[in-house]
Parts: sequence; structure tokens; C-alpha cells
Amino acid sequence: MKTNKVATFGLLIALAFIFSYIETLIPLPIPIPGIKIGLANMVVVIAFMKLGDKDALILSLLRIILVSFIFGSLFSMVYSLSGGMLSWLFMLIGKKTKKFSLVGISVLGGVFHNIGQIIVAIIVVENTKIAYYLPLLLVSGLITGALIGALASIILEHLKHI
Amino acid sequence: MKKNDFILIVSLLLVSVVIIIAINIFKQEGSKIIISVDGKEVEILDLNRDATFSIKGENGSFNDIEIKDGSVSMVNASCPDKICVEHRPIHYNHETIVCLPNKVVVEIIGGDENPIDSIAK
Repeated sequence: MKTNKVATFGLLIALAFIFSYIETLIPLPIPIPGIKIGLANMVVVIAFMKLGDKDALILSLLRIILVSFIFGSLFSMVYSLSGGMLSWLFMLIGKKTKKFSLVGISVLGGVFHNIGQIIVAIIVVENTKIAYYLPLLLVSGLITGALIGALASIILEHLKHI
Repeated sequence: MKKNDFILIVSLLLVSVVIIIAINIFKQEGSKIIISVDGKEVEILDLNRDATFSIKGENGSFNDIEIKDGSVSMVNASCPDKICVEHRPIHYNHETIVCLPNKVVVEIIGGDENPIDSIAK
């Protein structure tokens, strides 16, 4: 890997990590399990554009593992992983179709992150009624995804020289 | 923002809103609660009878459940995020309060839909 890429990669992982930490400090006033701002997703979106699809996946995985080990538990890692992987997959699909801007890709990311987490929650506690949270989480994933996508676009404008 | 972004967002919004409205139109009052831990049913309680129930798990984990005035809520729990404790009291059929770290689920069930008559302990 080129040195430049390694440095960028390292910076982005550190950034994603810090964003995740910041999120744990800001509790959202809405007591629905799974609602988050998803700032770390913004870094994954940027990685998609600046580093490539596979690297975005690795970045997401590393971020999740690091954050889970330090701030969470093996347990929370399962949820984060499922949300992160599904989210990456659909962001990849969105990017490949070339029909969405960063906002759309990020919306897909946010929405499927939540869907992934709900699926795992349903499996773990063996209760399908948890799916009732889905519409609320879809809306929140949508809103945060759109905002994050817009932010990512603005940031990428300024990162054109990297 | 491209046109497809807009279509995506609006469709997702529509689907979600329709589901939320449907859930709210068809909701019914529940009559009992089922408490399960790690997927196994542990207790069934009547929603109309004020009561408290504590679940103690391994490693000192606990969940305190209270039924009061026809609703059930989690008054205390050992999990780090306490999302379950902040959840508003529930009383409609199929509603749940979940404590994921402790794998505790409190689910509201309705009298006529409930196929369980008792739990063998």
C-alpha cells in the first residue's frame, strides 16, 4: 500500500474511533434502542470515496472491533458488526448503481445499519416483536444518514487534494 | 442531492409512516406480560394487578420490572446504557421493553391471543 494511503487510512480509522467515542458521550433524548447519530458512518462513506470499497470495509471492521474492545463488550460487538456489515453492503450496492449521491448512499448505510442490528437483536432474544421498532429506526436512520451524507459531501469537497 | 436520493428518502419515509400509522390504528390493550430471559419465558403476570418482579442474572446483573396502573416499566437495571429503564411504560399488545445486554424482554400479550395457559417451573 502506498505510504500516502496508509497514512490516510490510519487517520480515518482514528477519526472513526473518536467519532464513536463522542457518540457515547452524547446520549440522544430518544429512548429507543439503537438510535444513534452514526458519525462513524461518515468516515466509512469518505473511505468509500477516498480509499476504495474493500478498504472502507476493513476500516469499518477495525473501527467496530476497536470501539467494542475499549468502550463496549463482545456482546455489543455482535450488534455493531451486523449493522456495520449490512450497512457497508448496501452502501456498496448504492455506489455501484451510480444512481445515488453521497446523501443517498449514506441513507442506505444508516437505514441498513439499524436493520442489521434489529435482526441480530431478534435472533439473540428470540423475540420477533422487536421488529416493531423498525419503522422508528428506519426514520431515524434515514434522517441521520441524509445529514451525514450531506456533511460527507461537504468534507470531500475540501479533501479533493488528497 | 440527486433525484434518486429524493425518491429513496421519500419511499422510506412513506413506508415507515404507513407502518407507524397502521400499528397505531390496530393497537389493542394488552392483558398480560411475558418476561423472558435469553429467549426462555420466565414469568407471566397480569397487567391489571400492580406488582414488581426482579430478575437476577449471572455476574450480579438485574432487572427490576414494575406493573403499575395497567402499564409495565423497567424501574432499574444493571446494564450500562439503561435504555430499558428510560423506555416509557408500555401496555399495548406486542409492545416490548428490551434490555439487550441482560437479554431480558418484557412483552405485552393480549388475553385472546395468548396460547400459553401456564408455565411449568
